[in-house]
Amino acid sequence: MDALKTGLRSLPELFDLQLELKKKREQRENYLAVCGDTGCTAWGSEQVKDLFARCLEEKGLSQSTGLKFTGCLGLCECGPVVIVFPQGIFYQKVKTEDIEEIVEQTLLQGKVVERLLYQDPLSGAKIVHAEEIPFYRKQQRVLLANNWKIDPSSIEDYLALGGYGALGRVLGQMSSEQVIGEIKASRLRGRGGAGFPAGLKWEECSGMPAKQKYIICNADEGDPGAFMDRSLLEGNPHSVLEGLIIGGFAVGASEGIIYIRAEYPTAVQKVRLAIAQAEELGLLGENILGSRFSFKVSVSVGAGAFVCGETSALVESVHGRVGEPRQKPPHLAERGYNNCPTVINNVETLANIPYIINMGAEAYSRIGSGKSGGTKIFSLVGKVHHTGLVEVPLGMPLRKIIFEIGGGIKGGKAFKAVQTGGPSGGCLPASMLDLPTDFDELNAAGSMMGSGGMIVMDEETCMVDLARYFLKFLNDESCGCCFTCREGLSRMLEMVEAITKGQSSMAEFALLKELAAVVRDSTMCGLGQTGANPVLSTIRYFTEEYRAHIEERRCPAGVCRDLISFHINSELCNGCGACRRKCPAGAITGEAKMPHFIRAELCTKCGICLESCPIQAVIKL
Amino acid sequence: MAKVAEELKNGQKETAGQNNVSLVALLQEVQERYNYLPEDVLRELAREKNLSLMEMYSVATFYKSFSLQPRGKHKVATCSGTACHVRGSEKVTEELSRVLGIKPGETSQDGAYSLETVNCLGACALAPLVVVDGEYHGNMTAARAAALIKEHLKKSRGLSAAELEQDVEKKAWEGCSCAILLAGNDKK
Ligand SMILES: Cc1cc2nc3c(=O)[nH]c(=O)nc-3n(C[C@H](O)[C@H](O)[C@H](O)COP(=O)(O)O)c2cc1C
Ligand code: FES
Repeated sequence: MDALKTGLRSLPELFDLQLELKKKREQRENYLAVCGDTGCTAWGSEQVKDLFARCLEEKGLSQSTGLKFTGCLGLCECGPVVIVFPQGIFYQKVKTEDIEEIVEQTLLQGKVVERLLYQDPLSGAKIVHAEEIPFYRKQQRVLLANNWKIDPSSIEDYLALGGYGALGRVLGQMSSEQVIGEIKASRLRGRGGAGFPAGLKWEECSGMPAKQKYIICNADEGDPGAFMDRSLLEGNPHSVLEGLIIGGFAVGASEGIIYIRAEYPTAVQKVRLAIAQAEELGLLGENILGSRFSFKVSVSVGAGAFVCGETSALVESVHGRVGEPRQKPPHLAERGYNNCPTVINNVETLANIPYIINMGAEAYSRIGSGKSGGTKIFSLVGKVHHTGLVEVPLGMPLRKIIFEIGGGIKGGKAFKAVQTGGPSGGCLPASMLDLPTDFDELNAAGSMMGSGGMIVMDEETCMVDLARYFLKFLNDESCGCCFTCREGLSRMLEMVEAITKGQSSMAEFALLKELAAVVRDSTMCGLGQTGANPVLSTIRYFTEEYRAHIEERRCPAGVCRDLISFHINSELCNGCGACRRKCPAGAITGEAKMPHFIRAELCTKCGICLESCPIQAVIKL
Repeated sequence: MAKVAEELKNGQKETAGQNNVSLVALLQEVQERYNYLPEDVLRELAREKNLSLMEMYSVATFYKSFSLQPRGKHKVATCSGTACHVRGSEKVTEELSRVLGIKPGETSQDGAYSLETVNCLGACALAPLVVVDGEYHGNMTAARAAALIKEHLKKSRGLSAAELEQDVEKKAWEGCSCAILLAGNDKK
């Protein structure tokens, strides 16, 4: 293990170290994986981990049993998640009180703690092993497969699983043309939104005659409702870093930059640590592994602007200036960071690279659908039973993801729509559930793959309100460069707001559609070009709902405040006063033990009375 | 003051290691230190770095994470991302705003609390989300969020439960339009 101290100077040294670490790992196959991702830490997994550490120490198990605080294990809804290896026993919702029992029963006596097992909501059966839970069984986890095997702060863990082997192979045996050829053959398409073939992008930049080139990893993850890039960076940062270094070699860049949004402080910290570890081992720096390739990586932290996810705006932001996009061409492959040829790739795109090199382009491309290779990670959230990260082969139908993996809609409600692609995407109704999730299919349906947000909505979500939500988001985030984006979005927002208030007309509705088309066709960057999608797609699939708002002044989902009212059923109300005490507007009056009533002129329609009534006597009309 | 700019400049060299100063990174450092961007520090920096104040102002106002106003000692943020929105984050924000007696984007008069909305915190599976001083709380409802903040208020302000209720009601009442409507009426 001397290499860990002295650094790696050649390929054989890398392979030796990998082998040594692998052997060491095999000798100690007992370990606990405690999920340390943001979701589970919000459930208290940090305390769980600390207590495990103490308990293992006390029982004298700390030598024989490892403890890993891992990246996202996927099933965030059931956190804190703990998996006991080598058996792979999956415990959910683990509290500090449960820890002794797990150590005592499972670690010492080899028994399963029934109470903490996952229970299948349909059959009621308790499931012991993670792989047997439908949520995992139906996924194909490639990028996330190692999350429960590695501690993200340990480069040894990554190396023990063959990490940086792809980089070794590339530097030792391949030319940059061969690497690009391999990526092209894999049919990998960019995972950041537009789905541009990654190999072609690299080829274009690689062909630019320039001394200095850059490769930037886009970890801005602006789509509100998506978190796979964060989870990759926090759960397996070295895989992204390895992809970035290989990308740098392929395009001929000597410097890489990872641009991370400010809202992800943990990711910033984990990535900085990973870079320092790679530098120390000589996997970054001069003449990596004895080759002629030198490469360094720095981190640039965003400051909160959605438009900075757009490539040319991102470059401005890395420069430290106002993040306004610019007209293209010249493309970034010609003139990007510091006016040098630059490639920008999404986090997930780069995380795929080592796997492609390792498994070979052909095997990789067989994973996906007809047109694009590989898997895609979706953040499955909203009103679905199992919220979390799912990784599936590209092209899997929406229905399978939402119902078989996600377990369907929460609370027995009806499915209404699924939103994909974030603010640039659209909403798809139940009739589109058999659509394969692939770039072109989603585009044709008026939505987008985007970065992988998948927000499921039930009958209680209003589509007009959702369109308003996205317009407000985009209107806030528009940089204001293009007149049609700046003014168009705010006029559209006004129009949709008027609809949610029941103050619109069918004539104005027609104008809204027209304006949406103008904004789409006349703006410079992707924000405006796709900014009308949420409006256009909801109009396309939910016209009736718009019509109800406009013509009947009614919000069928019961969301738009100006179109609903709250009442108390005087026959049911027993006068307990719960709603009166909770009402923030003081709009509820009534004597104790007598039916209460709501003063409509004071009611702000917050709905707290509905939530607080113990006998469901409050009704929403 | 001169010392501040000097220190920042050094810090800058260390972090970015680039020849051209990134203004964003610089302002991030200032904000980290002061919790906001104080005008005098910006003026000082502009002089030091040979940047125009206009340049500074445009960067400082373009990015959401910068604040030109002092921010509260305790930061309360609700997520207003899509996942949180469809699970009712708007009501959570409203309720927090009522309990704290400040609107999103504001800081309480005593400088103790500020309330913000954030676009997505990346824990969408636990929507809706509230973050108090960096600690994440998932699956919130208006009622649970209120309880959470009241607990925090009790501790930080040293109030009893009853005093707190009174305080909240008073603030909420003053901020509420119906207070004016009902003036002279028989409330309670
Ligand atoms: C307004 C806007 C926001 C974007 N936000 C992101 C983002 O947060 N993350 C990302 O990877 N790509 C984002 N993109 C897409 C990028 O511009 C770019 O296509 C992508 O990073 C390229 O990487 P890929 O080819 O690996 O997908 C955004 C695009 C636009 C127009
Ligand atoms: S939408 Fe709220 S955390 Fe992502």
